[in-house]
Amino acid sequence: MEIKTEDYSVTYDNNSDMIVCEGSLLLNSSAEYAPILSLFNTAAEKQVKLLTLDVRKLEFLNSSGINTFTKFVVNVRKKQVLQLTAIGYGEIPWQVRFLKNLQRLMPTLVLKLE
Amino acid sequence: METQIFGYFIEDLSENMEYLKIGMLPSSLSTIKQSWRANGLSAEFIANYVQTFFIGQPQNTNAPIPIQSKQAVKYIANELLENAMKFNDVTSQRFIEISFKLYNDKLIFHVTHDINPKNVEKLKFFLHQIANEDPQDLYFNRMEANAVSDEKGSGLGLLSMVCDYSAKIGWRFQISKRYSSVTLTTMVCLNI
Repeated sequence: MEIKTEDYSVTYDNNSDMIVCEGSLLLNSSAEYAPILSLFNTAAEKQVKLLTLDVRKLEFLNSSGINTFTKFVVNVRKKQVLQLTAIGYGEIPWQVRFLKNLQRLMPTLVLKLE
Repeated sequence: METQIFGYFIEDLSENMEYLKIGMLPSSLSTIKQSWRANGLSAEFIANYVQTFFIGQPQNTNAPIPIQSKQAVKYIANELLENAMKFNDVTSQRFIEISFKLYNDKLIFHVTHDINPKNVEKLKFFLHQIANEDPQDLYFNRMEANAVSDEKGSGLGLLSMVCDYSAKIGWRFQISKRYSSVTLTTMVCLNI
């Protein structure tokens, strides 16, 4: 599954158990983020045990985008059995802070900061 | 004209600093999508402009996301413009104006636009909350609440500026009874 525009792409690959986010997410409101949240939640339903969220190549995320990721994390938190891992770059301060905020919402979230 | 100030609001200080102002007037000729895209482009321009003056300067802030880091200025400017676009009084002919001033130790943004007088009380309630409660608690409570049901203008962007960028924020309302208009200026101050 993939959502791709000239500004960003969000891809779910069930062979690698990964969601990869790239580019700049500057969409307006939850309505425009709905397809991305739907992709996230579909991935969470299909994955039995493990799911990895890779934001290393995500260059920009506005607060509506942060809201979308937090909704997803709260959804996965409810499932309890799914182990979610998030990957970002340790040298990019906003990625570190963003992923740590997600971990505060979901303490079982495993962070990999490269 | 009645003026009301909330939070940490700094009026214009000395004029001896780097300064930039951009004005936008969303019109019937532009779609919401085009105006929204203009926010991101303006924010990126401001970020690139400011970055020029950060090069070689010491970093004194302990903010979780230092304003000198990549995308930080773009995030702040973009959130301010998105908020202005969301709450702008569509019947107003006033430009949405964003300006920044760069001092030795801080970067200050001002964003000014008219708001619908009907939104004033709701906004004041939020400003009261952010000034009187623990911003971190508010931020995470808001994230949890939004996960259940979204609220337009939930304030998540402003809370992220305070919690993630250590921003100080203030607001000025200028209320004109004669013209039934309310002009809002949002100020964001970041240590550099």
